[in-house]
Amino acid sequence: MAIGRQPAATGDSGVLSRPTWTTGWASWLTTVDHKRLGLLYLVSSFIFLGFGSIEAFLIRLQLARPEQQLISPDVFNQMFTMHGVTMVFLAIMPMGIGFANYFVPLMIGARDLAFPRLNAFGYWVYALAGLFLYTSFFLGGAPDVGWFAYAPLTSLSNNPGNGVDFYMIALLVSGVGTLVTAMNLIVTVINLRAPGMTFMRVPLFVWMMLVTSFLIIFAFPPLTIALFQVIMDRTFGTLFYVPEAGALPILWQHLFWIFGHPEVYIIILPAFGVISEVIPTFSRKPLFGYPIMVLSGIFIGFMGFAVWSHHMFTTGLGPVANTAFALTSFVIGIPTGIKVFNWIATMWGGHVRFAVPMLYATAFLITFTLGGITGIMLAVPPFDAQVQDSYFVVAHFHFVMGGGALLSFLAALYYWFPKMTGRMIPEGLGRIAFWLVVPGFYLIFWPQHFAGMVGMPRRVQTYEANIGLDAYNMMSTAGTFVFGAGMLLVLFSAIWAIRNGKIAGDDPWDGRTLEWATTSPPPHYDFDVVPEVNDRDPVWLQKHPELLERRDAISEAADPEHMPPEHVEQESIHIPGQSWYPFIAALGTFVGSYALLYHNLFLGLFASLIIFISCYAWAFEGVGGHHEHVTPTVGGRS
Amino acid sequence: MPVVRWFRRVAPPLGLTLMLGGCVTDGPRSMMHPAGEVARQQMDLFMWTFWLSIAVLILVVGVLTFAIIRFRRQYTGDKDAIPNQVHGSVPLEITWTIIPVIIVILVAVPTVRAIFATEVRVTAEEGDTIVNVTGYQWWWRFEYPELGIVTANELHMPVGSRLILDLDSADVLHSFWVPKLAGKRDMIPNQENQLWLSADEPGVYYGHCAELCLGAHAYMRFRVIVDTQEDYDAWVAAFQNAGQQAETPAQPVQDAQLIDQGRALFAQKGCIGCHTVEGFASFPTGNPDYPNLTNFGLRRTVGAAVLENNRENLARWIRNPQAVKPGNYMPTLWRADDPAAEEESSAIAAYLLSLGSEGQEPRTQADARGGSDGDR
Repeated sequence: MAIGRQPAATGDSGVLSRPTWTTGWASWLTTVDHKRLGLLYLVSSFIFLGFGSIEAFLIRLQLARPEQQLISPDVFNQMFTMHGVTMVFLAIMPMGIGFANYFVPLMIGARDLAFPRLNAFGYWVYALAGLFLYTSFFLGGAPDVGWFAYAPLTSLSNNPGNGVDFYMIALLVSGVGTLVTAMNLIVTVINLRAPGMTFMRVPLFVWMMLVTSFLIIFAFPPLTIALFQVIMDRTFGTLFYVPEAGALPILWQHLFWIFGHPEVYIIILPAFGVISEVIPTFSRKPLFGYPIMVLSGIFIGFMGFAVWSHHMFTTGLGPVANTAFALTSFVIGIPTGIKVFNWIATMWGGHVRFAVPMLYATAFLITFTLGGITGIMLAVPPFDAQVQDSYFVVAHFHFVMGGGALLSFLAALYYWFPKMTGRMIPEGLGRIAFWLVVPGFYLIFWPQHFAGMVGMPRRVQTYEANIGLDAYNMMSTAGTFVFGAGMLLVLFSAIWAIRNGKIAGDDPWDGRTLEWATTSPPPHYDFDVVPEVNDRDPVWLQKHPELLERRDAISEAADPEHMPPEHVEQESIHIPGQSWYPFIAALGTFVGSYALLYHNLFLGLFASLIIFISCYAWAFEGVGGHHEHVTPTVGGRS
Repeated sequence: MPVVRWFRRVAPPLGLTLMLGGCVTDGPRSMMHPAGEVARQQMDLFMWTFWLSIAVLILVVGVLTFAIIRFRRQYTGDKDAIPNQVHGSVPLEITWTIIPVIIVILVAVPTVRAIFATEVRVTAEEGDTIVNVTGYQWWWRFEYPELGIVTANELHMPVGSRLILDLDSADVLHSFWVPKLAGKRDMIPNQENQLWLSADEPGVYYGHCAELCLGAHAYMRFRVIVDTQEDYDAWVAAFQNAGQQAETPAQPVQDAQLIDQGRALFAQKGCIGCHTVEGFASFPTGNPDYPNLTNFGLRRTVGAAVLENNRENLARWIRNPQAVKPGNYMPTLWRADDPAAEEESSAIAAYLLSLGSEGQEPRTQADARGGSDGDR
């Protein structure tokens, strides 16, 4: 099995010699290959998805029937907080980043991300921050303040345990990893596109990741500031969020949602990107309205910064502010609607094959439309006053986060699994799983709209019997079993397929974009020859050269005069060397997190020393790597 | 406008049936059957967006379903055939840019109108009822500044009056939410928030805290009791004459002894350290940051609307508060094996129930369940 095999390397300089493992655990700790890191991201995010699901399952068990006391309020609060934090920061967002890590370079015809070691650092910081957060369960209790941790619930007097510190520090540190990854993606997309790949030929998934990366860069600083203020409050006794000292706790909500709303798009835009790849492939048609799709994605990302107060309609901002933020929120419905219509138009007139990824894409279209509709309803402040902080909101954001992002990432998993492993997930099992996952999802979350409208606030550990909530909650809980069974089937069929699946071949789906032009799994240098690009769907056009005769076949961005040459003189390929330092530096942040948590100066200095030394050594360990000479394989359209 | 009236009459039942196929839509906290002008405007807006959504859904799902059926590969035949490689269409793009623009405008206009109709800060006029609400973990303090009344967890207002609430919090965030009367407004320390509402008819309306406040958040409930003017005046009078009533409870003789025992225990066990009961010269004033129990016998519920207020429930609550409302701050006064616990808690319950009750028993099954008269 050659999934993510590390290349053999030669030559190094520096303090620690550059490692050259090709297999084994050390090769994974030191890897800088975007594909291996992508796999690490995906595996980690699915593990965290499992943790988050267990927490959700416990929540649903507790709420299955009214007036139950299976789980105490304290533990219940920890469950929904960790569920939210895990799903948003440790599962769904890294899932998008994981697919991006693996496929952005492949889709733009690059050999790696621009900064391979920084990429490794980003991953290890995220993984270790997640690990740090989860150790809270054994070190005095997990955070229990909800995933948006509203002040003054987080102040030392209201929350003396260290759960809140775990939350603040974990988000602060994992934010560093997310930021460097975002910058890495931006530099990569701007600089490392294959010859001929102009911006209007970049696949939509890459476009959406580019927008997402910019959102990360602009959205995380306000969060960082807010986190820092609370850490200062709790560590040094400052008074940013201490109402007894006259603080206005509403400030936290502004700072958090200036980050938090773009965060929603950081999660959903990669999902849009995936859908925009899956639908054209399985419809055998180019994406309908490509420029509009790109622009609407940019517009959504931009507007994401202008709507944060719609999470705060009930905080008493006054009618003028509520009107303004209602209107900007409505405006986001327009590009989103355009996207949905364009996806359907892509299917229209095509020859649509409903393989498993396409099934999920279709489920996404309907589920996301429903989530978007309740989104517009929530943007109506007077109605929001009723359903804000009720189960209606819970249903809404699970429709967009679960039905939108998660379903589309399942589509991506089935779609790209053959490329990543060289094998297919069995189609039959995939279909069975689909028919458990999607109906199970609806059974969980559809009744929650009505639970909210009948008056169930969110984050309640229990509820009264006989006030109309019993049936809805029982349905929700029943749904978790169906949904859970489906997700387990997805997981097991994927694990089984890694070794036993049918051999996929390079291009099992009749793909259109560059990742299908290399082998499955791709060699560590991605492409034998860096491809030249002459259209938005270069692989598709190469497979069907007869389409050049048809005027409808090629996009206005295509350049039929400039077809790729038959054979290119191959230069040797530079393979970046592995390195210990990204992992060690990330380990330093991990140790430093505990130093900050326990106010331990010695440990803090030790952690700083680790970070400082590893960064220094990182900078001076030299170019490393080696050159490989590759003979282009015959028929490997490269 | 006749159209609006028609819409109000026809749209909700039809829409709710469509959504739910006859599932439960009503309950004492259901916003789907509003009982006040503010809640009704909010529900009307929902119904309006709901019908627009149905139109959008029919369009999207209809076109999608047609595409799924008509353009699936099995149907289109030759599996290797390449369909027309259409890249886009400017007229179509313009069309489906305009469609959402129109929908958004259709939603936005009534939205802005309703925002300014329901959310503008009002100043009190003649006939308004003013209440200062303070949220505590996990109960509600209601103060009537004009009447000098302080009570907890049950808010009384006369029907036909506009209720103006000044919202504040003593600790963390809370949110005041009575779905049948009005949407919520958050209660934030150091921030003066206001909410106003009105009710169509007398009844008992259920409320709940809607912002996570840890601990017993799930049990931070309350009631808004809309009285007829007559009942309300009697309630106010009961508070203004609290002392005289409580000193001479009109109770059967065998209870009088129990009540006296309860009153003694109330002082002896330390309840008075926190809870104020007005009208007893011998009692010190309790801490204003704890629930005021004046006229407790008039309450319908115990423990922030967690249990119905009767001797049995009240004794249970006093005996072991954590079993009734996990996480709350009320101390447990008896060891688990204390043989006197049952009798003493029952005596305190008897005493508390005697407060303000001149033998009247207003609590029927119907209004304790949520006021059938308010559920329309």
